Amino acid sequence: MKTLTFLARSGPYGSSKAKALLDMVLSAAVFEQKIQYIFLDDGVYQLLSDQDSAQLGAKNVSAALPALDLYGVDRIYLDTESLQARGLQSRQLLIPAQPCNSDEIRSLIADSDMVFSL
Amino acid sequence: MIISLVIHAAPGTSQGAQTALTFCQAALDAGHQIYRLFFYEDGVHNAHALAVWPQDERDLNAAWATLIRDHRLDAVVCVASALKRGVLNTDEAARYEKNAASLEPSFEISGLGQWVDACLHSDRVVSFGV
Repeated sequence: MKTLTFLARSGPYGSSKAKALLDMVLSAAVFEQKIQYIFLDDGVYQLLSDQDSAQLGAKNVSAALPALDLYGVDRIYLDTESLQARGLQSRQLLIPAQPCNSDEIRSLIADSDMVFSL
Repeated sequence: MIISLVIHAAPGTSQGAQTALTFCQAALDAGHQIYRLFFYEDGVHNAHALAVWPQDERDLNAAWATLIRDHRLDAVVCVASALKRGVLNTDEAARYEKNAASLEPSFEISGLGQWVDACLHSDRVVSFGV
């Protein structure tokens, strides 16, 4: 088993990056790898509850987030600084994510076999 | 070292595709093994057989095909990325009733499972064009 770390750094809409990374996470989960899913920078917007993308003509990327638990993806982290810088609070988030500072994120990355960032 | 590449960049749009090609060539020249090339998202445009480049530019599509054939590399395009970008092999073109196939035959169509497999069997997986 390898430790694969995924850095979600892009907002949920405006590009396909959030969806592309989520698909990688779910695929790796099917193969039962140790997965660390870290939301930082604009990536923290992906976690917001009550997303409605209908007027964008885009699929709601957050709809799949509750399924992460079913896939066994339970190491979900968020960068506290990114959340604060955007005026967001953890009670606004759709799924629980462990708050981390940059030192903790650095350590998660250091413990990884491979890192993918989108 | 065993290395795999994930290519996100379309050729001619961003530098990532050219850099991936150069990296791949350099790794092979240095004696490393390339386990797999995985073309994801806009990266599947590298596998387009119908691209026509101006004469004064390097034809990246042809350069990939040559590199893959010369070194018998395993080159996979993500099926979900490829279909929505019109990169189809003859099977997919027939399945979806399209009147042309566009995948360069040195590439194969498969899924993200091939990317996970590359992660499991490689010492390094390097992403380009993110």
